[in-house]
Amino acid sequence: MSEPTQTEARRIAEEARDRVRFEEEALDLSDQVFRVARHLVGSREEAEDLMQETYARAFRSWRSFTPGTNLRAWLLRILTNLNIDRGRRQQRAPQTTSIDEHGDYYLYNKLEDAEPKPLDEERVIERLSQGSIVDALAHVPHDFRDVLVLVDIGDFSYADTAQILDIPIGTVMSRLHRARRILKGELAEEVAS
Amino acid sequence: MQPYLDRVLDDEQVREAEAHLDGCEYCRRRYRYEVSLRRYVRTAAAEKMPAELKAKLAAMRTPLQ
Repeated sequence: MSEPTQTEARRIAEEARDRVRFEEEALDLSDQVFRVARHLVGSREEAEDLMQETYARAFRSWRSFTPGTNLRAWLLRILTNLNIDRGRRQQRAPQTTSIDEHGDYYLYNKLEDAEPKPLDEERVIERLSQGSIVDALAHVPHDFRDVLVLVDIGDFSYADTAQILDIPIGTVMSRLHRARRILKGELAEEVAS
Repeated sequence: MQPYLDRVLDDEQVREAEAHLDGCEYCRRRYRYEVSLRRYVRTAAAEKMPAELKAKLAAMRTPLQ
């Protein structure tokens, strides 16, 4: 075997090894990616489709991932872009203004009102059911929900979230604040109804 | 409150926030409430990925030569 051919064979072997490693690492993260994906779209079926598209694209363009950087954020970036591209998001008319105006403590007050005597803050939250969060999140307009889901469920930093969604950090912070307010309003509505 | 809760403040700002919380009952209550709300969102929203989906993703890997 001549020298260049050997070099070429080694290069191919190294690339195959890097590729296998990349795919294994991406697959190991799929549970965490799904947890976020599930709440970026309306239904479990949509989340499953989006996951498959995301992994298909990730496996195809694995060379554009820089080893040593945040792979989970890289996968979520693909996923959020695909989600936007496909226009799957159901645009909702912004009818959340009245809820939003109730302010930060609205849910707490609402929950506390339902009790005969004052409760600890922690106990108040326990009155919410598991299912109510899914419905409440689905009612948060998508621009706000994306930020909330990435930070509070995905546990991403403001900086990672900004990069994933391609928006400034200041926007992440303001949308997050607004998203949490809307979420609290939605939860309060559910408690009240 | 939000940057403090999300742990994105520098040491100096954290000290300031904590000094304020020490002296303000209203903010302390709000803080405890926000912490438990966040914990609730995280745990209540956790949905396990279906095993079939994981198998589908695994099948999309490049076949070993």
